[in-house]
Amino acid sequence: MILLLRRWFAMGLLAFSPLFAPLAHAQLSIEIVGGAGAAIPIAVVPFGNEGTWPLGISGVVGADLARSGMFRLVDTNGVVPRPVRAEEIQSATWRARNADAVVVGSMQPLPDGRVDVRFALADVVKQTTLVSMTFTVTPQQFRLTAHKIADIIYEKLTGDRGVFSTRIAYITKQGPRYQLLVADADGNDPQSVVASNEPLLSPRWSPDGTRLAYVSFENKKPVVYVQSLETGERRAVANFRGSNSSPAWSPDGRRLAVTLTKDGGSQVYMMNADGGNATRVLTSPGIDTEAMFTPDGQSLVFTSDRGGTPQIYRAQLLSGQVERLTFDGSYNVSPRPLPDGKGLVFVRRDGGRFQVASLDYATRQVQVLTSGPGDESPSVAPNGKLVIYASEGGGRGILAAVSIDGRVKQRLVAPASDVREPAWGPFPRS
Amino acid sequence: MLKYLWIGLIAAALAGCSTTPSTEAPVDDRSAAGAAGGSAGGAQTGSASGGGVTGSATGSASNPLRDPNNILSKRSVYFDYDSFVVKDEYRPLVEAHARYLQQNRSARATVQGNTDERGSREYNIALGQKRADSVKRMMTLLGATESQIETVSFGKEKPKNPGHDETAWAENRRDDIVYPGE
Repeated sequence: MILLLRRWFAMGLLAFSPLFAPLAHAQLSIEIVGGAGAAIPIAVVPFGNEGTWPLGISGVVGADLARSGMFRLVDTNGVVPRPVRAEEIQSATWRARNADAVVVGSMQPLPDGRVDVRFALADVVKQTTLVSMTFTVTPQQFRLTAHKIADIIYEKLTGDRGVFSTRIAYITKQGPRYQLLVADADGNDPQSVVASNEPLLSPRWSPDGTRLAYVSFENKKPVVYVQSLETGERRAVANFRGSNSSPAWSPDGRRLAVTLTKDGGSQVYMMNADGGNATRVLTSPGIDTEAMFTPDGQSLVFTSDRGGTPQIYRAQLLSGQVERLTFDGSYNVSPRPLPDGKGLVFVRRDGGRFQVASLDYATRQVQVLTSGPGDESPSVAPNGKLVIYASEGGGRGILAAVSIDGRVKQRLVAPASDVREPAWGPFPRS
Repeated sequence: MLKYLWIGLIAAALAGCSTTPSTEAPVDDRSAAGAAGGSAGGAQTGSASGGGVTGSATGSASNPLRDPNNILSKRSVYFDYDSFVVKDEYRPLVEAHARYLQQNRSARATVQGNTDERGSREYNIALGQKRADSVKRMMTLLGATESQIETVSFGKEKPKNPGHDETAWAENRRDDIVYPGE
C-alpha cells in the first residue's frame, strides 16, 4: 500500500494532527481498495494563499474526490506559475498530464476576519469553465466549505449529488464500553452521542438529521431511545414489556416503526416519534421485524419468517396488502430501501456467508455486492450511490462501503475498536 | 487500467476541544432492575425478593434457586442453529422452574434469549425472543402463570463465549432463566 503525501495534503495533515496522539474517540481511517474502472482524472491545484491557514482546503477537496473512487488525482507538482483562476489554466499542460478536469482556487482574507474562497472547475478537454464560485466564510467553516466544493465538482462531473457534506453514525465497542458516535462522512471529527457499558445498536437518523433513534440495553433489555443531536436530550420512546427494537423513521419524521414483543412475539408497531400511541401494523404468527418505510411513505419493507424462513416482504400501509420480495435462498434480511424508490439493499446468507446485495423491484434482479463472510447492517447514502455496511477485518469489526454498482470499495477502520452498525445521515439542510 | 490507492489519514480533534453542537450524553445505568424513564409498561422485576422462599435468608442453604444440588440452580437451555425448539433433554429443567413459580405465586422470572453471532443483529433479537418465548410457553403449560414470566432478548449482543467457532456458537444459542436480584 503506497501512501502518497501530496504537498498540500501533507501540510494540512502535519499542521493539524500529531499522527499518533491518543484519540479519545475511535477515529476512522478510510482507504479505497477498489476503484471505478473509468475514474475521471482530475487535477486539484493548491489554492492560492491557502498555506496561510492550517487546513488546506484543496487537500480536503482532493481527498473527498479520490475517496469516492470516481476520480483519480493527477499530479499538480511542477506547474509554474500555479494557476489560481480559470483564465490561468493552460489546457495543454494538463492534457499532457492526462487530466480531463482541473480545479483551481484562491483564498482572500477580508477585513472582518472572514475569507473569500474562490474556486473554478474547468474541463480541459473541451477547454471550458464549468463552475466558478466564491464562498465567504470563517476559517472555522473551511472544512465544511471544502466538502461543499467537492459536492459541486462531483455533481457537475458525474451527474449525481455528492455526499461529502453528510455525516455517518456508527457504534464502537472497546472492551466493555459501547459508544454511539457521529462523524463526518470522511471520518473526521467523531462526536460521542451516547456511551454505555451495555450494548447499543440500530442507530437511525431522523429525516431532518437532528435526531437519532437507537436501541440501548442499559436497562438489561432492549429499549428504543430518541435523542436530539443538538441538545443531547433523550427519551425512551418504546420501553414496553419484553423487547423493544428496530426503530425506523417515517419520511415526515413524525412516526417510528418499531418491533415490540409486548403482545407476544416480535411484531411491527407504529408510534409517535416522541413516544406513545403504539399501534400494531402487521400481524403474523412468527417474527416480523426490521421494518423500514419506503421513500414515498406508503409502504413498509420488513423481514418476516411467516413463510418458514426469514425473507423480505413489502406491506402497503393503506391497503394492508403484503407481498414477498425475496425468493432466493433461506435467509434474506435487513431491507434498506433505495432513495429513488426503485429497489432496496439487503443482507443474504449464501452457503454460510453473509453478503450485502441489491434487489431491483422492476426486474426482481438480485445483485450481490460484497463477498462476506460476515457482512451486515447496510445503510444507503442519501444519493443512493454508496452503501456503507459492517464487516470484519483483522480480527475485528470494521466498516466498509461499496458503490451500488459494486465497483468502488472502501474500508473504514478504527484502531483498537470494534466498529459496527453504520447509519448514513441525510443531506444537510441548507 | 490503473487502480488508484489512497489512504486518507484524517486529523482528529481531541474530545472536548470541539465546539460543534453535538453533545455528549454519557449513560451508565447499572441498576439491575432499573427502568429508565419511559412510556407505559416495562413491568420488570417488580417484586424484589424471590417470592415464597421460606425464611428471609438468601444463602444457598435455604434458597433452592441457589442450591447447587437443586435443578433450580440450573438455568440454561441450549438451542440448535436457526431453531427455537426446546429439546427434550431440557424439559426437566424447564418443568422444575415452572413448578417453582406455580408453588410461589408471587415469584417472578425473566427468560433471556440469546443467539450466536451470525447474521442480522435485529433479526437475532427477534430469534432470541422466540427462544425465550418457547421456554415461557412450556413453563406456562407446566404450571406457571403468564404474568409471572417476562421474556426479553439479547440477540447476539451478549455472548457468553466470545469465540468464533461452533463450540462458542453452541454455547451462545441459549436461554437463561433469571430471578430478581441476579
